[in-house]
Amino acid sequence: MSLPGRLSNKKEYALDRFFGYVFVVSAVLVSLVIFSIIVFVAKQGLQTFGDIGFLEFHLGTDWDPPYRFGALPFILGSLGVTFLAVVLGAPLGLAGAIFMAKIAPPRVRELMRPATDLFVGIPSVVYGWVGLTILVPFVAERTGGFGFGLLVAGVLLAVMILPTVISISEDALRAVPRRLEMASYALGATRWQTIFRVLIPAALPGLVTAVILGMARAIGETMAVAMLIGNVPQIAKSLLEPTSTLTAEIILNMGQTPFGSTWNNALFYMALTLLLVSMFLIILIRFVVQRRTYDG
Amino acid sequence: MANKITVRNLNLFYGDTQALREVDLDIEQQQISALIGPSGCGKSTFLRVLNRMNDLIEGVRVDGQVLLDDEDVHGPEVDVVHLRKRVGMVFQRPNPFPMSVYDNVAYGPRIHGLKNKRRLDEIVENSLRDAALWEEVHDRLFRSALGLSGGQQQRLCIARLLAVEPEVLLMDEPSSALDPISTLKIEELLQELKKNYTIVIVTHNMQQAARVSDVTAFFLNGEIVESGKTDTLFTRPKDKRTEDYITGRFG
Repeated sequence: MSLPGRLSNKKEYALDRFFGYVFVVSAVLVSLVIFSIIVFVAKQGLQTFGDIGFLEFHLGTDWDPPYRFGALPFILGSLGVTFLAVVLGAPLGLAGAIFMAKIAPPRVRELMRPATDLFVGIPSVVYGWVGLTILVPFVAERTGGFGFGLLVAGVLLAVMILPTVISISEDALRAVPRRLEMASYALGATRWQTIFRVLIPAALPGLVTAVILGMARAIGETMAVAMLIGNVPQIAKSLLEPTSTLTAEIILNMGQTPFGSTWNNALFYMALTLLLVSMFLIILIRFVVQRRTYDG
Repeated sequence: MANKITVRNLNLFYGDTQALREVDLDIEQQQISALIGPSGCGKSTFLRVLNRMNDLIEGVRVDGQVLLDDEDVHGPEVDVVHLRKRVGMVFQRPNPFPMSVYDNVAYGPRIHGLKNKRRLDEIVENSLRDAALWEEVHDRLFRSALGLSGGQQQRLCIARLLAVEPEVLLMDEPSSALDPISTLKIEELLQELKKNYTIVIVTHNMQQAARVSDVTAFFLNGEIVESGKTDTLFTRPKDKRTEDYITGRFG
C-alpha cells in the first residue's frame, strides 16, 4: 500500500509545531502582562505606607488629601454596595435561573437566554445614566433627600449582576443530571420538593460560583457606581446618604494627582486592594468548584 | 392470584410516532413480571406508563386503560404524586442523590412529611436491611452515597424506594450497568422482595428474565407478541417471533 499522505505529513508536522509555539508565546505574553500589572500596581500602591500609617489608611475616616488619608469610608462604601447588590440580586437571579432552567416552557427559555446574554453586554455607563435619570429622582422624590447613596447604587448594581448570576446558575442547574430529578419524582416528590431538595443542593457549587462572580462584578463596578453613589468621602449613616467607594474614588481623582505623589500612591493602593479582593474571589471559586461531583 | 395492574388497549404516542399499540397485560400481585424485547420495542416506555413518568416527557399522549387496583391511573381524580408513592421506580443507571447514604434513604419519608428522628432512623435501617445493604453501609451512613460501588448504589436506590413503602416496584434494567456479582445480588434481592411487593422488571437479559420472573411478556415494535408463565414462554413459545427472539436469532 502506498502512502500518499506521507510526504505532506512532514509539512503538517512543521505546521503543528509552529502553532504550538504560537500558543505557548501567547500564553506567556498574557501571563506576563497580567503579572506586570499586579507588580506595578503593588509597587506604586505599597509606597503609600512610606508616608501614611497602615492603620491610619484603613481605619481613618478623614479623607482630606494631601493632608489626611483615611480610606475607611471608601472601603465601607465598596462593601456596602456590594452587599446590597448581592442581597438583592442573588435571590432574584437564582429565582430567575430556576424559572429558566426548570419551569419556563422551551419557547420562553429560547427567548430569555439571549436576552440575559444581551444584558451582560450593556456598557455600565448606560446603566449608570439610566439610573441617574430614573432611579435617583425616584428615590429623591420619595425620601426628600438627593437620592444619591448606597440604596440607588446597590439597586442598580443588583440589576447589573443579575445576568451574570442568572446565566451561570442556570448552567449549573441544567448540568445536574436529569436522572436525579427522575429519581425524586419517582419517589412521589412534587416539583418544588425536587427543586429545593435535589436540584439546588446538587447544583450548589455552581450556584455559589454564580453569586461570587456577581459579587466580583459588583465590587469592581466603577462607572455606574460613581454616577449614583454621591462621591462624598464620608461614612454613610443611612442608605440614602451620599458616600463613595474605592472604584469611584479612583476614577474621580486619578486625573488630578501627580504620579508618585502620596495621593496618587494611595489611589494605587486602593486599586491593589480591589485587585486582591477579586483575586481572592476567583480563588474561592476554584475551591468551590473542585467539590462538584455527581458521579462517585 | 389477584391482578395488581390491569392494562387494556393501551396506545402511546411520542408526537406522531406510535410507541405502544393495543397493549393488554395483567400484572399479578406479589409476582415478578418480566418485560423482554429488543431495544426500542417499547418495554421501558410501557414501564413508565405505570407510574406516569411519561408525563415528564414532552409530547407524550396515552389512551387506553391502566388500572391499579381497579382505579385508572390516568383518571382525573388521580394525584400523580400519590400514584408514584404507590408505584415506585428503579432506573437503569444507579442514581443516588449527591448526599449521604442516610439522607438518600430518608429522602422519601421526609418529602412525605415525616420528621421524627427515631422513626426515620428505623425506616432507614429497615429499608437498607430489606435491600440487603445494611451490613455493608451501617458504619458509613453519613458519608456520601457517591462513594459506594455501582452495585451498592443500585441497592441503595432500591432501599430509597422501599422507604416510601410502595406497593409496586418498577425496575428498568436494574442490573444492566452492574457486574455479574452485583447482578446476582440484585436478583436474590428480587426473590425476597416479591413476598411483599408486586414487581415489574424490564430486562435485556433473557437468562435474567428466565431466572427471576414468574410471568414474562415479550414486546416487539410496541406490541406484546406473547405473554404468559415464564416457564411456558421460554420452553414452549406459541409465536414464531418469540421463539426466534429467545433463541437469539435476533435482538
